[in-house]
Amino acid sequence: MGKTTGAIPCSEAVRQLWDYLDHAIAPEDQERVERHLSFCRRCCGELEFAKEIRGFLASGSSDEVPPQVKDRLERFVEEL
Amino acid sequence: MSRRAEMDQIATRDRTKEAYQELVHRELPGLYSLARRLEREGAEDLVQEALLQGYRAFGSLKQQAAGGRWLKTILVNVFRDELRKRGRHVEEVAVGDLEDFSLYRTLIDEDPLPYSDSLHTDFLGAFDREDLREVLLRMPEIYRAPLVLRYMDGFSTKEIARLLDAPFGTILARLHRGRNLFERTMWAYAEENKLITMGDDDG
Repeated sequence: MGKTTGAIPCSEAVRQLWDYLDHAIAPEDQERVERHLSFCRRCCGELEFAKEIRGFLASGSSDEVPPQVKDRLERFVEEL
Repeated sequence: MSRRAEMDQIATRDRTKEAYQELVHRELPGLYSLARRLEREGAEDLVQEALLQGYRAFGSLKQQAAGGRWLKTILVNVFRDELRKRGRHVEEVAVGDLEDFSLYRTLIDEDPLPYSDSLHTDFLGAFDREDLREVLLRMPEIYRAPLVLRYMDGFSTKEIARLLDAPFGTILARLHRGRNLFERTMWAYAEENKLITMGDDDG
């Protein structure tokens, strides 16, 4: 017990939030962040916002190709 | 080669080309978008080079359904090689310079949208696609590329490390700093471009 179950401050929880969402931290750190979130309302707000930013990034992943660029590139492939 | 064998060869080449053209037609928006987020100028050249290399290697593509991802991988390789050729070196941002910034807290403290019931969501809503692109392009590419590949194009950290030819731990650290830098840049960009109304007039 002891070390792995120790509470972490907000700064530490916030620092690890994205890694927590990515499951990119050790299971014991994952658990510490989870425990912190279970009682810290402000960090829950940080977590929700981190999720929103990730959604915002993901939503911008495909733009329209300008018609003249599309024509040029498709013609390039046609002529290969 | 017999005439029949020659005809067969031509028919196979035509079918291959047709399949490649279909793939390109389908995947062009994703490919072009990725190129525009990696490069401020020259996205079209980047895509063109990727399409050329993709055509040469098309025979090695096992599953057509994975073609989009495969083409993006080629595009990132071209991008990485271009960077190397240019010999661009970008300094790592010191961790201490970034760690203390939280966009979530900054928004609460500064309260730029005093009449908003959903401050954080509305803040993000003020950015359109071009604003988002501009924010990304303001970041050094060593942070931008991992962020784009991870959160916009869904590559895993391990794949990104392989694609960018960097150790896994380095990419993890750059993702971490990149996220922080992204939030900081969003805030600076919003202020600079007046995307948000600062709540300082008492009317």
